[in-house]
Amino acid sequence: MARIFAYIVHKGGVVDDSAFELATAARKTDPTASPTAILAGWGTGLDAACSALGASYPEIWKIANEALAYPNAELIRKALVKILPSNSIVLIAHEHFGIDLAPGLSIKLNSAFVSDVVDIAGVDSASLKAVRQEFGGQVSAHVQCDISSGAVITTRPGAFKALQSTSVSGTVVDKSADVGALTAGRRYLETVEAEAGDVDITKHNILVSIGRGIQEKDNVAIAQELADALGAAVSCSRPVVDAKWMEKSRQVGSSGKTVKPKVYIACGISGACQHLAGIKGNPFLIAINKNPKAPIFQVADVGIVDDLLEFLPELTNKVRELRSAA
Amino acid sequence: MEILVCARRVPDTSENEIQLNSAGDDIEREDLVYSINEADNYAVEEALQIVARVGGNVTVATVGGEDDEEILRREMAMGANHGVLITDDAFGSDGRGIATILKAFVQKGSYDLILTGVQAEDGGAQVGGMLAALLDYPFASLVNSIEVLDGKKLKISREIEGGNKEISEIDLPCVLSIQTGINEPRYVGMKGIRQVASIPIPTFGVSNLGLDPSAVGEAAAKVKKLDYFVPALGKGAEILHGSREENIDKVLELVAAKGGLK
Repeated sequence: MARIFAYIVHKGGVVDDSAFELATAARKTDPTASPTAILAGWGTGLDAACSALGASYPEIWKIANEALAYPNAELIRKALVKILPSNSIVLIAHEHFGIDLAPGLSIKLNSAFVSDVVDIAGVDSASLKAVRQEFGGQVSAHVQCDISSGAVITTRPGAFKALQSTSVSGTVVDKSADVGALTAGRRYLETVEAEAGDVDITKHNILVSIGRGIQEKDNVAIAQELADALGAAVSCSRPVVDAKWMEKSRQVGSSGKTVKPKVYIACGISGACQHLAGIKGNPFLIAINKNPKAPIFQVADVGIVDDLLEFLPELTNKVRELRSAA
Repeated sequence: MEILVCARRVPDTSENEIQLNSAGDDIEREDLVYSINEADNYAVEEALQIVARVGGNVTVATVGGEDDEEILRREMAMGANHGVLITDDAFGSDGRGIATILKAFVQKGSYDLILTGVQAEDGGAQVGGMLAALLDYPFASLVNSIEVLDGKKLKISREIEGGNKEISEIDLPCVLSIQTGINEPRYVGMKGIRQVASIPIPTFGVSNLGLDPSAVGEAAAKVKKLDYFVPALGKGAEILHGSREENIDKVLELVAAKGGLK
């Protein structure tokens, strides 16, 4: 079987958690494989990141290049094309960098491409069967991928269990000289940090979180009233921000805030993986949705199939009654 | 600026519950409501806003069948100057095949900027990046703002982790995949769609794009969807089956027990 590589994202000398998930995905793709990690960058941070992988990967390829001080997908694609052997299987985490890099890399390597894989269901010498989720996680699909000329596969963060250490003792191989000078049509300028909002949703024990099911901007008040009564804050999922019903600072998810409340009340939220990725600390999750098949019910602790526009105001009234009686 | 937007018609998940069919090998496609892929609609709106600032034309193209004409007309009603249907019985490949078809179409014209939506509901966030690589154009994904600097380059922002923005400069021509929320797509009424109902929509296929059918047909696909299924997950939620009043009492009891009421 083809050689397996994992492209590793790192920042400030620290490798991303996905590095250890990719180590698991590599072994699931081929239990006998000895997967190779590839890291690109510049300076002491790169060396620190390489040495952090010694227990998870038998071999670590390092690409040190001043042009890669900030990870530019086009430059890294060109570097990878120069050093990867033909027919390689390349695993990359499906986050913003992987989304930038992977599709074009598959074209330049003339290999198959499967994105956002949540599981590997079977492999033989010529093909690989992967599992993907579609339509916001409402259904899953088996995908057959011809790997005879290699493959680029991106894996969903969190889908594969992290493999922190094995008995391997990885050696770092410096591939920098094989890469040479790099230029790109896109140049990094700066990173602008997200604006802090009026309410810090990361500091609340109870979140009343709303999704597309809130239907219109005026209905946000219904959730706010409940939150006020409970001493909670209102957070939301991506469609609510896209529609400009709430500020970006209220969004929970991989492109928003990571929250760790004790109780998370998901109202009209379907439960897409990007949203769930922002909910940490295993809160007690109560889901209210009128679609009994909404994926949120697969991960919630308690579910209520009801119209939230009717349910929430009645819940708010009940909370107020209890408080005035106390 | 000449802008091409590549769009797709997909089942609308805000209007449908996606379920398995009785054979269990595909989703139930009877009675599905289709619409333009949400991110693609944002891409068209962004293109319209750019030409409103700097001049130019917006062309919306889709690879598909006759039924897909409806999204082209919808986007023309929004203000796109041209709609193009790329269709052929010989088509049947994977993401790479679609990108190969679009590359041939791009080379028939002269576009400064090509936009796609970041991802389709049943897609892999792949065609934009593949198209850019096939054309050897620069590419950026997850774009959430575009500023035209001069005729030759753009200043763009990408949505990265935690809601942070990565700002870059990118040379034209380039391909950008557009993230939802970049703008507020304008409303399209039935009246607007009626006004463009009789405009002919040109079609392109294997022959007038000069494509090799074997490169874009089913046999060329390295990736094939085998079936759909609903995974057996953990125990899932305990669904409360009481009356609304009983459910409210139960929720309050749980919130108090698990989080405490202040």
